[in-house]
Amino acid sequence: MSISVNNISKSFKGKTALKNISFEVKKGELFGLIGPDGAGKTTLFRILTTLLIPNHGEATVVDFDIIKDYKSIRNNVGYMPGRFSLYQDLTVKENLEFFATIFGTTIEKNYDLIKDIYVQIEPFKDRRAGKLSGGMKQKLALCCALIHKPKVLFLDEPTTGVDPVSRKEFWEMLKRLQNKGITMLVSTPYMDEAAICDRIALIQDGEMLEIDTPKKIVKHYSKTIYNVKANNMYQLIKSLKSYQHNYSVYPFGEFVHYTDTRTDFSPIDLQHYLTSKNLKNISIEITQATIEDTFMELAK
Amino acid sequence: MKTILFIIQKEFKQIFRNKGMLPIIFVLPILQLVILSNAATFEIKNIKFSYVDNNKTSFSRALIQKFDASTYFNVLTDFPSTKLATAAMLNGEVDVILEIPENFEQNLVKNQLTDLSLIINAIDGAAAGVENVYINQIIKDFNKNAQANLKQHSVQINKPVYINSIPSFWYNKTLNYKTFMVPGILVLLVTMITLFLSGMNIVREKEIGTLEQINVTPIKKHQFIIGKLFPFWIIGFGLLTIGLIIAKLLFNVPIVGSILLLYLFTSIYLLVILGIGFFISNFTDTQQQAMFISWFFTVIFILMSGLFTPIESMPIWAQYITEFNPIKYFVEVMRMVMLKGSNFTDILPQFTKTLAYAIIMNGLAVWSYKKTN
Repeated sequence: MSISVNNISKSFKGKTALKNISFEVKKGELFGLIGPDGAGKTTLFRILTTLLIPNHGEATVVDFDIIKDYKSIRNNVGYMPGRFSLYQDLTVKENLEFFATIFGTTIEKNYDLIKDIYVQIEPFKDRRAGKLSGGMKQKLALCCALIHKPKVLFLDEPTTGVDPVSRKEFWEMLKRLQNKGITMLVSTPYMDEAAICDRIALIQDGEMLEIDTPKKIVKHYSKTIYNVKANNMYQLIKSLKSYQHNYSVYPFGEFVHYTDTRTDFSPIDLQHYLTSKNLKNISIEITQATIEDTFMELAK
Repeated sequence: MKTILFIIQKEFKQIFRNKGMLPIIFVLPILQLVILSNAATFEIKNIKFSYVDNNKTSFSRALIQKFDASTYFNVLTDFPSTKLATAAMLNGEVDVILEIPENFEQNLVKNQLTDLSLIINAIDGAAAGVENVYINQIIKDFNKNAQANLKQHSVQINKPVYINSIPSFWYNKTLNYKTFMVPGILVLLVTMITLFLSGMNIVREKEIGTLEQINVTPIKKHQFIIGKLFPFWIIGFGLLTIGLIIAKLLFNVPIVGSILLLYLFTSIYLLVILGIGFFISNFTDTQQQAMFISWFFTVIFILMSGLFTPIESMPIWAQYITEFNPIKYFVEVMRMVMLKGSNFTDILPQFTKTLAYAIIMNGLAVWSYKKTN
């Protein structure tokens, strides 16, 4: 096991941040932590990267105990915090050299690992890190976290605040790194990114809701979901919410995801109801549950 | 070792790239030294002197001329009445009013005794005291001449005996206040810049989040701390050197003692200051907080260092507090070595206390760094 977490709890001045968290990440796995802001993802990362000590429970990273062998962990993991935290007044190359040196290595020694990513920022290697664009900063941060060939990589919301194209690129890079045998724990608030992970854990208010593969996790969703669409979105949501048999109503892109409390639900009833509310161009179709639906259901 | 060197290298790069900080480090201290040394003077000059002459005789005019001749007084106005004169003092137009009574000359000739009324603005008590001494000296001088003049007319048998004391001022022969102030202000700028910079520097890493990044690396605490603080130790020496050059060239302050001893003491003293800066940075989260706390301590340390006001005239409890003031020792050593030429044995008490302070402060700083991070 690359990461093994057993009953970890952490609270700050009486406020619970993590409650009895347990999970395991296999070697070479891309494991996603999915949850809203304030769910405790960053706290969990800080515990696993030996920056925080948990109140209860134990955990190992690369078979090292996070408290007893914290020094060995620091030699074997890479951490990319959510906030860009490199030296803004040093150039791209200087930042990379700095992190290589403090890990007792050189850029040349591990160049093959970062090559794919580094070539993209190499044209700007003499530019100060603070002057890079958001996507470039993320790439540099990833390079710096990889420069010492870590066995496990921790990425805390690496794509928050990054444009969709860069986000996609970033996840492709992670996939390639996975092929090189690096175990990764990634947190993200984006549900679409979760589908790329091998396994995901849904986390909210410091508690694990569910751990499974993205494919299986949506099967936990037992209800039939309907995509509902009409000419007036606001009116539609309002009407659906006041419908007496509604179980859940969530806006989802151009549709509204609707579930009903009855087992013998027929879309025609709903159609009549919505027409009576002066809505036009109504369409109601069955759709597949997504991770987002599952999360919403579990978090309810 | 390689890691420490690399951190130091990185630190210097960052310091010299910070275009906002660079002038603060090197230009402002020099300005401070030049301006403060010229401006912060205890000599009282340009006293706004006024008088009310009710006598209007050759005697009273001679007295006023004496004041006019003195470089300390600017003889301003002759007020027709005391009332107008006091009104002028209320407006802050005059500092001193000398009132010469109606029968000044007559009394002096007849009785050899007369009174003068003197009003001094004493909002600044120290200045008022000095002014009083100046005025009394002039009047005494006038008195001597007047008696000599009067004696020519009358036949006097008893000759008064005068005792004259001739002072000689050691270590600062001409009583040049710059000689006294420049070493002190040099201390001030070496202290301020190194304390502020070192205090803010580690907090900055906290602020931008790099400290967290550093903490997950196998870098050792001592490597990090030494690497972070060493550049400011060097900058402290740089400031001392620049300051000494200015003191010598611009102010012609004598440097009697050994410069090497000065540097040796500074090397220990800077450790104290860096330790304090580091300690502050452990308990603060932003550069503003660090700056504010550093500023608070610097002001107290400076005002209680004997730089501007002598420690001997402080209340006893305050004198005890100054024992814990590192700046006090540095000011003392600076003046002792530069002006008196004291050697190592002379400054040994200050040296050992500063060394102890350095060990305690840095110990505390490292201990708190472990605790908070």
